[in-house]
Amino acid sequence: MDMNQPIGATPLDGKPDGLVGRPIDRIDGRLKVTGRAAYAYETRELKNPAYGFVVEAGIARGRIRSLDVSAAKRAPGVLLVMTHETVPDQGEKKEQVFPQLQGREIRFHGQPIAFVVAQSFEQARAAAALVRADYEVQTPDASLKAARPTAVEPKPAQTPPDSQLGDFDGAFAAASVTLDVEYTTPVQIHAQMEPHATIASWESGPDGERVTLYTANQMLNRGQTSLASVLGLKPENVRLVSHYIGGGFGAKLQPQPEAILSALASKSLQRPVKVALTRQQEFHVATHRSDTIQCIRLGADPTGRLTAIAHESWSATAPGDVFFETSAVVTRSLYAAQNRLTRHRLANLNVPIASAMRAPGEAVGQLAFECAMDELAERLGIDPIELRIRNEPEQDPEKKVPFSTRQLVACMREGAQRFGWDRRGPTGATRDGRWQVGMGMAAASRLNPLMPSQASVRLNPDGTLTVRMAMTDIGTGTYTILAQIAGAMMGLPVERIRVEIGDTAYPKAAGSGGSFGAGSAGSALYVACDNLRTSLLQAAGLTAEGAVFADGRVTSGNRSATLTDLAGAQGVEAKGEIKPGAMKEQFSQHAFGAHFAEVGVDAETGEIRLRRMLGVFTGGRILNQKTARSQAIGGMIFGIGAALMESVETDTRTGHFVNHDLAEYHIPAHADVPAIDAVFLPELDDKANPLKSKGLGEVSICGAGAAVANAVHNATGLRIRDYPLTLDKVLEGWAAQEGRAQRRT
Amino acid sequence: MKAFAYERPATVQDAARLAAERPEARFIAGGTNLLDLMKLQIETPATLIDVNRLPLAEVTDTAEGGLRIGALVRNADLAAHPRVRRDYAVLAKALLAGASGQLRNRATTAGNLLQRTRCYYFYDTTKPCNKRAPGSGCAAIGGFNRIMAVLGASEACIATNPSDMNVALRALDATIETVDPQGASRRIAIAAFHRLPGDTPQIETDLRPGELITAVTLPKPVEGVHLYRKVRDRASYAFATVSVAAIIAKGEGDRPQRATLAFGGLAHKPWRVEAAEAALVETGSADEAAERLLEGARGQGSNDFKIPLTRRTLRATVADALRA
Repeated sequence: MDMNQPIGATPLDGKPDGLVGRPIDRIDGRLKVTGRAAYAYETRELKNPAYGFVVEAGIARGRIRSLDVSAAKRAPGVLLVMTHETVPDQGEKKEQVFPQLQGREIRFHGQPIAFVVAQSFEQARAAAALVRADYEVQTPDASLKAARPTAVEPKPAQTPPDSQLGDFDGAFAAASVTLDVEYTTPVQIHAQMEPHATIASWESGPDGERVTLYTANQMLNRGQTSLASVLGLKPENVRLVSHYIGGGFGAKLQPQPEAILSALASKSLQRPVKVALTRQQEFHVATHRSDTIQCIRLGADPTGRLTAIAHESWSATAPGDVFFETSAVVTRSLYAAQNRLTRHRLANLNVPIASAMRAPGEAVGQLAFECAMDELAERLGIDPIELRIRNEPEQDPEKKVPFSTRQLVACMREGAQRFGWDRRGPTGATRDGRWQVGMGMAAASRLNPLMPSQASVRLNPDGTLTVRMAMTDIGTGTYTILAQIAGAMMGLPVERIRVEIGDTAYPKAAGSGGSFGAGSAGSALYVACDNLRTSLLQAAGLTAEGAVFADGRVTSGNRSATLTDLAGAQGVEAKGEIKPGAMKEQFSQHAFGAHFAEVGVDAETGEIRLRRMLGVFTGGRILNQKTARSQAIGGMIFGIGAALMESVETDTRTGHFVNHDLAEYHIPAHADVPAIDAVFLPELDDKANPLKSKGLGEVSICGAGAAVANAVHNATGLRIRDYPLTLDKVLEGWAAQEGRAQRRT
Repeated sequence: MKAFAYERPATVQDAARLAAERPEARFIAGGTNLLDLMKLQIETPATLIDVNRLPLAEVTDTAEGGLRIGALVRNADLAAHPRVRRDYAVLAKALLAGASGQLRNRATTAGNLLQRTRCYYFYDTTKPCNKRAPGSGCAAIGGFNRIMAVLGASEACIATNPSDMNVALRALDATIETVDPQGASRRIAIAAFHRLPGDTPQIETDLRPGELITAVTLPKPVEGVHLYRKVRDRASYAFATVSVAAIIAKGEGDRPQRATLAFGGLAHKPWRVEAAEAALVETGSADEAAERLLEGARGQGSNDFKIPLTRRTLRATVADALRA
C-alpha cells in the first residue's frame, strides 16, 4: 500500500475496548525479567566464539608513527592482533559506517587503532593494554565555539540545512518587540543500557563469502546494506540478527566499529568473534549528540503575534563526516510568522563521530526555542500558553500545506488544567522552606515519518498466527504492539500470535528509530493481515462486506468459519507492504504535546530538584496505553537529564571526552524523578498510516527540558542559556543579580 | 585486567604477612572501587589478598563509651547500626548519602577509608597523572576540573577524596587501628591518616607497606545536632561537589555552644579547620567561620564555584542545626 490517500474506515476503528490500545503487559516481559531473552552478546547460536577488544587512539589528531603489537601478540590466549597493516581489504564507506583501521591518520580520540582477539575476554582486554602506539601528535581542533566562524553549510542530506521565507531582516528590524538570544547545549551521550555488542561469524564456502552478525542494531536492513558496502559483500550475503536490544536511542541506528572489526576478525580467524564496547569506549568509539550553539531571534507585534522567526544552529562532527544536528528544523513548522529563517552550520572537528540521538534536532532545538518563547512571553507580559496560542498556524507555515492533525492547543489546555497552571506565581515569588519554587511549560513537536516496510503473516494449521519481519524491539514494546495489531485484525488473542522479528532473513522492515518504527512496521503488518483476511474470505467463500474476524472465527452474514479450519493442513500465508505516498507531501505530519514542570531550587546551594512533571501528548491512535506511557515518561526523563545534568565535557587541549563513564556523566537517578505522568489525548490520524497512529518515541523528549528550564526561571528569575542548568550556573546567576542590585543602590 | 594471584588468609596476622611478602599485593574486601580500577589497569596488583573472611566485621562498645567498628563492617550495616544512628548520626547520614544501596551492601569501612579519587584524568590511562604514574604530570590542571580540590592541592595533584564516610569520621575524631606484618598494632588519628598530595600524590595515607586496617574507633559521643549536608549534581548517586559533616551544640541565640565542621569535596582529604569552628562559636557568624575555613582556597577554573558554594553550604547547615 502506498499512503496516497487518507485510509478511511478500518477494522481497528470503532472498538474502544479492542485489543489495539489495551495496556497489556509486554509479551516478551517474562523472557526479559527471567534472563532468557538472549541479547546479541549472549546468543549461543554461534559456537565457540573468540573474544575481541577494541584498542583506541589516545590522541585526537596526528599520525601513528609506529604501532608495537609484539607484546600483545605474545600475551596468553591471543589469536589475532589486527592493525592498519594487517586488516583485510574493505569496501566503501556507507552513510556513517566507515571502514576501520584505515591507515595511520588519527582524526579523533578513541578512533580504533587495533583489534585484539583472544580465547577469553580477560585475555583480549589484557593484551589490548599491551599495544603501544607512538604518535606524531598534532594539536586538535576540538572547540565548537572556536570553530564557529569557519563552520560551513553542510551537504544537504534528507534535510536541507537552510530555509528562508519572506524578509526576516526587515521584519525583525521593524518588530515592536524583539528577542535575540544565544543558547548552547552540550555533547550528550545515549547511555543506553546495553552497550554495542556483536558476535560475527564469517563463512567462506563454495557459494562465496557470507557473514552473520548477532548485533545490537536498531535498523537491520539499513545495517545490512552499509555493512555489505564496508565489508565488500553483497547485501544478501550479510545477515543481521537482533532479537532483543537493550535500548538504542539512536546509538544503534547504524553499525558501529565493533561490528565491522568482529566481522573482519572472524574472516581472518574463520571462527566467530564476539565483542562488546566497554562503557568508557561507548563515549569515544560509538557516536554521541553534538554540542550546539543556537541563535534565536524573534520579532513580535505588541499583541504577541510573531512577525519574524530566525533559528540558527552550529554543530560538529568528526573529520570526513557530514552529520549535522538539525536543531532548527522543528522551528520551520511550529509557529506562525510571515518572515522566517533557519540555518545550520557544521564544523568538522577532531571529536568522535556525532550522530542521531533521540529526536535528533528537535530535542536540543526545542531546549533552546521553547525557552526563547518563554523569554518572549515574559517580555510581552503574556502567559506562555497564550503566546503559543496566538501563534498557532492554520497550516504548515513553510511547506504551506495543512497539518494532518494538530492538537497542540488542546494539549496545552488539558495540561494546564491538570497541572494547576493557574497556581503558577510571578517570577521568583514562590517559596517553600529552603526551596524557591517555580513552574514552567513548553510545547513539544516531532516529525511523524513513514518508512517503507514489509511483513509476512502465516496462519498456521493449529490456528496460531506467525508474524515475520526484520523489525526490531529496542525496549519500546514492538513485540507487543505487533501482536496486538495482528490479533485485532485477525480476531485472535495475543497468545495465539507468534511475533518473529529481528532477522534480515525476514521481510525488510523499517526498524526502530526516528519515531517511525511502530507506524511503519505496524502498517506493513496491517496490510499483510488485510491481505490474509481477503485470502481467507475467498477460501471460505464468504462475502467481504460486513465480515467480522473475532474470537478465532470469521463471520459474514449468517455464515461462519474458524480460522483453524481455514488454515487447512498447509496454513495460509500473506504478505504486506507499506510505502510513504502523497500524504507525506500533501500534509505536514507531526506528533504534538505540552510539558509542565515544577522545580525547587535550593536557595543557598543552587541545587535544582524536579518536584513534579506532566506531559500531555497526541500521537494518533495509541497502540498500547502502557508501553506508550512508559515511552513517554522515558522521553520526559531524558528531558530532565538534558535540562539539569547531562553533559559530556570535552578537553579542548586533547579532544577527548573527559567524563567518559556513568559515574561522572550524570543521567537522572530515581530520586531525580518524583511524581511524573504522561497522558494522551484521543486522536486518529488517517493521513499518517493505516493504523492512524503517529510515532511516540521522541515527541516526549522534545521540549521536556525546556519546561524544566522555564520552571527554574519562574522559581529564581535566572535565565540560564547554557545547558545543563547545574548549580554553579545558578550561583553565578545569583552573583550577577546581587551585583546588579548593588549597582542600583 | 592483568592476571593476579589470589590468597585468602584465615588470620589477620597471615594477611599482613602475605602483604609484606608478596610484591605489589593489595587487600580486597568489597572490591567496589579496586575491581573497577583493575579493569582499567589503574591498579595492577600481582596478588590480591582477600580479607573478607577475617573476623573483623563486628561493631562493639568500647570501655570509654565509644564504638569500635571492625574493618569489614559493611557501609549499609554500619549506617543501620542502632548506636550509630543514635549517637553518631552524622556518620549514618554520611554513609547513606554515598553510593547506592547495592554498593553500600558491599563496601566496607576500611575500604571506604581507602577509596581512591574520582579524578577523571586519574581514570584515563591515556592521560598523564602523577597519582597513577608518578612524574607524568597532572592533566587536570588546566583541563576540566569541576570535581577537583580548592584547598590543599599542589602543583602535582588537585584530586579530591570522594568519600562521604571519611568526612563524618573526621568530624567524629575517629582513630584507625592497624596491624603490621610484624604483628605490631598502631593507632592513627583520622586527621593524620589521609595525606595531602604534595609532590607524592600517589601516597594517599599514612599506612605502611603491608599494614592492614583492623578497626575504626570512635570516641564517646559528642552532644549536639548531627547533620550531613551533601551538595551534589543529582539527587542521589553522585559524589559531593561540597559536603559538610556538622555536629553543633546549640548555645544562646544564634551562637552555637560548640561546633565541629568537616568538609568533603574540597581537598585530597577531609578538610577540617579548628579555627573556623572556634570562629563560629565566638562570633556566631557562619561567614566568619567560612573565611577561616577557606583561607588559601584557590579554584582551578571549572571548580571555582566550590568556594562560594562552601560558604553558602556552611551558612545553610549552621542555620539548619540551630533551627533543629
